[in-house]
Amino acid sequence: MKITRTEVAHVAHLARLTFREEEMEKFTSQLNDILLYMDKLNSVDTTGVEPMTHATVLYNAFREDVVKPSLANEQSLANAPDPRGEFFRVPKVIE
Amino acid sequence: MEFEPVIGLEVHAQLRTDSKIFCSCSTQFGAGPNTHTCPVCLGMPGVLPVLNRKVVEYTIKMALATHCRINRENSFARKNYFYPDLPKGYQISQYAYPLAEEGGIEVEVEGGKRRIGITRIHMEEDAGKLIHDEHFPSSYVDLNRTGVPLIEIVSEPDIRSAEEAADYLRRIHEILVYLEICDGNMEEGSFRCDANVSLRPRGQEEFGTRAELKNMNSFRNVQRALEYEIKRQQYVLEAGGEVVQETRLWDDAQGVTIPMRSKEEAHDYRYFPDPDLVTIAVSDAWIEEIRGTMPELPLEKRERFLRDYQIPPYDAGVLTTSRALADYYEEVVRLCGQPKVASNWVMGDILRFLKEDKRDIRDCPISAAALAEMIRLIEDGAISGKMAKEVSEEMYRTGKPPQTVIAEKGLVQITDEGALAAVIEQIMAANPTQLAQYRGGKDKLFGFFVGQVMKATQGKANPQLINDLLKKMLA
Amino acid sequence: MELYSLTIHELQEKLRAGEVTAADILDSVYQRIDQVEDKVHAYITLMKEAAQAQAAAADTAIRNGDIKALTGIPIALKDICCTQGFTTTCGSRILHNFVPPYDATVVEKLRASGAVFTGKANMDEFAMGSSTETSSFGVTRNPWDLTRIPGGSSGGSAAAVAADECIAALGSDTGGSIRQPAALCGIVGMKPTYGRVSRFGLVAFASSLDQIGPFTKDVEDCAILMNVIAGYDPRESTSVNIEVPDYRSFLSRGIEGLRIGIPREYFIEGIDPEILASVRQAIAVLEKAGAKCVDISLPHTEYCLAVYYIVAPAEASSNLARYDGVKYGFRSQEGRDLLDMYKQSRSAGFGDEVKRRIIIGTYVLSSGYYDAYYKKASQVRALIRRDFDEAFKKCDIIATPTSPTAAFRIGEKTDDPMQMYLSDIFTISANMAGIPGISIPCGFTGDGLPIGLQFLGGHFQEGTLIQAAAAYEKTAGMSALIARQKQAKMNFA
Repeated sequence: MKITRTEVAHVAHLARLTFREEEMEKFTSQLNDILLYMDKLNSVDTTGVEPMTHATVLYNAFREDVVKPSLANEQSLANAPDPRGEFFRVPKVIE
Repeated sequence: MEFEPVIGLEVHAQLRTDSKIFCSCSTQFGAGPNTHTCPVCLGMPGVLPVLNRKVVEYTIKMALATHCRINRENSFARKNYFYPDLPKGYQISQYAYPLAEEGGIEVEVEGGKRRIGITRIHMEEDAGKLIHDEHFPSSYVDLNRTGVPLIEIVSEPDIRSAEEAADYLRRIHEILVYLEICDGNMEEGSFRCDANVSLRPRGQEEFGTRAELKNMNSFRNVQRALEYEIKRQQYVLEAGGEVVQETRLWDDAQGVTIPMRSKEEAHDYRYFPDPDLVTIAVSDAWIEEIRGTMPELPLEKRERFLRDYQIPPYDAGVLTTSRALADYYEEVVRLCGQPKVASNWVMGDILRFLKEDKRDIRDCPISAAALAEMIRLIEDGAISGKMAKEVSEEMYRTGKPPQTVIAEKGLVQITDEGALAAVIEQIMAANPTQLAQYRGGKDKLFGFFVGQVMKATQGKANPQLINDLLKKMLA
Repeated sequence: MELYSLTIHELQEKLRAGEVTAADILDSVYQRIDQVEDKVHAYITLMKEAAQAQAAAADTAIRNGDIKALTGIPIALKDICCTQGFTTTCGSRILHNFVPPYDATVVEKLRASGAVFTGKANMDEFAMGSSTETSSFGVTRNPWDLTRIPGGSSGGSAAAVAADECIAALGSDTGGSIRQPAALCGIVGMKPTYGRVSRFGLVAFASSLDQIGPFTKDVEDCAILMNVIAGYDPRESTSVNIEVPDYRSFLSRGIEGLRIGIPREYFIEGIDPEILASVRQAIAVLEKAGAKCVDISLPHTEYCLAVYYIVAPAEASSNLARYDGVKYGFRSQEGRDLLDMYKQSRSAGFGDEVKRRIIIGTYVLSSGYYDAYYKKASQVRALIRRDFDEAFKKCDIIATPTSPTAAFRIGEKTDDPMQMYLSDIFTISANMAGIPGISIPCGFTGDGLPIGLQFLGGHFQEGTLIQAAAAYEKTAGMSALIARQKQAKMNFA
């Protein structure tokens, strides 16, 4: 097994997802297949190879420090599922 | 057993740019909730960040001021976690490749100076603000602060006392403000500090288990929180207990640190290079250009003041706490030519006035030129030091120049020998007994005559002149 | 000939000549939509009213002699391109009601050149899929055979063009999402070089791979659309600021002397023999027309898929974290506290494939696995790019099949993610390396399903791809063949 149900559950929590029991079963097995396929990569010698994290090598894309108009409060909240006054509302954060 | 504290500090400083780090929204504090927000800082789908050049320049300034190595290529990563004040579900920060590393600054400790190492300085975006409802199980999200540029300055665990920590913070704060890259306002959260603290038996090499302290919003609180925490850990260890690795909040009202309530979830931030942002390449030419715009830093200024003005180290320290104050002082000295007298006036009356009114030196109603003029008037004997106190108060209150105040109050010192001699003659005539006694050898009565002259002239006579004339005429 | 069946350049001639109006064209296209859309289901949202206003504005402009590159041309947008004031769902329930207050840069560019937007095309949810079956808004069917998938993830855009429900369309390509559906629907689809077309306003799937590109009925139309959408955008840090050539100027340059690399790793067992034969036949046609074929090797080809299914989900897991039910989109009412609200909203808002990829992506970035998966994959990615750099020293373009199979049946691969992923085996490498690719029709299977031929080029060599594709299209008489096939095979009964 590349990945156990416990690990899938942990990763799901990190990603803020939940699964029903039977979904969990299916997912774990599918993920195992996929991760097994990834093992291919272990046969490639990558000693000294710089990881490629961008499609192109670019430097210094900047903008100047100039203020431009923001959205109005109503526009910022226009898509909010639970706006309250001038705010986005969420269930209480328990600290 | 004797324990030694080991402290490292993480400072988050908001940079004083006009616009946010990755979008063009204003960074201004105090706007209506969710009005400095746009698709980029709201984390809407499909929009992209573009880095504010000034953020890089300001960070390079701080790196130069703290003697850090500037990484010629540095880049951003994503720090992934869910929180309602983090609209993208990740914070753009620097991780593996920060802009600056391996610097340090000097702090004052009993018996001299110590160097506190700086591990790294990196750029990142600030998060928004949550307001908790007191009556309902709801929180409200304001994303104005989201994307305001921050630098995080991480110290080495080189600090050995709460006092040293406070001094380190003051020095860092002072440099940021001197560079004019941070307004340093702790109440508004432009300058924030977290501390890591642990104890180890003196002489031991490895560190003990540390606690992370948060929620300290003033230098004093940092010092108090650390003092408390050091004591707390000491008691725990002395009682044979173990310090728990945890985050603790400073409770200002109670004067104690308390563990955060939430169950300590093992964080896994899954940092990886941000594919939406490109590498920042810092050339030597760019660094030199920025170095050319750097002001003299507090430490350099302090040393120059000692050297050039021959004032005590304490004075030099006070006068260089802010760039504006130092500039004010230097202007006064330039115009009146008396560094020590100028220092006394600035550190004394001027700072007292300002403190009472909670005013900044930049808003001081007495201009450097006016103060210098007043000092010259004292020097010339036009007014006495005592009069000057009254004059300066009036100058501060009204903003009028010294000559005007003196004229309006009729404070001109009597320096006319003839006029004063006439007054003395009158007094001698009116007090024949005392005169005879004095002349008979009762020297103590000299003071009586000085007093009489002062009284008659309402204190406006030049004391030196009174002395000279009395000695001559009483003889 | 119905107006809806024409190309951009044919319609432009008619508009210029005053033979038709933009309103006529839009009417014709909407008439077609009314006929076939309930069978094909290419669209998530139709924008008929706004389109009518755009067509009217286009007619006014034409009367004033102001004709731009796309004036009056009905174009469909993949529902991953943000449209100000119009719902942009990305094929997901979690964005079912999201109305962006901004246009994607490409949408702005199309607007500015006079285009008329027919609607927002269906797609796999968050562009994750190769069949358009993962959409939260229903399956799109292949117009050539309604029991089959149109390819994906831009299946709605491809099907809309193939079924004449628009004249051209935009899609996005992260691992083949333009080229594969173009091949499966018998049309032209191009993925430009990474950085050539702005990603601003393109809902992100995998940021280092995503690229927007055109779907068109022929190569000339592809050049026309590329002329409009390509170019530097200061709103995107990874946009590349180099000059954009006039792509139309490549159309008639011919193929004489062009060196075509044939990578041995792309002509292997497992490919449908009909496809192999058709692609080989196409290469022979090119050779006959004066191209020189060179055998080349792209040794890391077999690792592309593994690299892709690490890198793309890793980036996606982060890109999709913003869908949390706070600022916009779907929020579950089940959540008792914040954590619960997050979990319920995301679990109900995302479909299975998206969840699968978020889990993979989260896993490969998580503590203890980063080096073994994400870092390793990024290193192999560098080697894949190096393969192409080497190859393009020996050839000008590379020719391969676009997809190992023709359109498969709806539901055929939905239960086997690995099988589905293999559909992209020939297209993924271009996204890995950041190079451009184009898929053009090169024939039909015995069942009458279209087959695609893919050309890959060096960075910013879109012009050369258009040159080769136009030459092939002309030499092989492809437009006429497709028209005949369409007449004979495409029915919506």
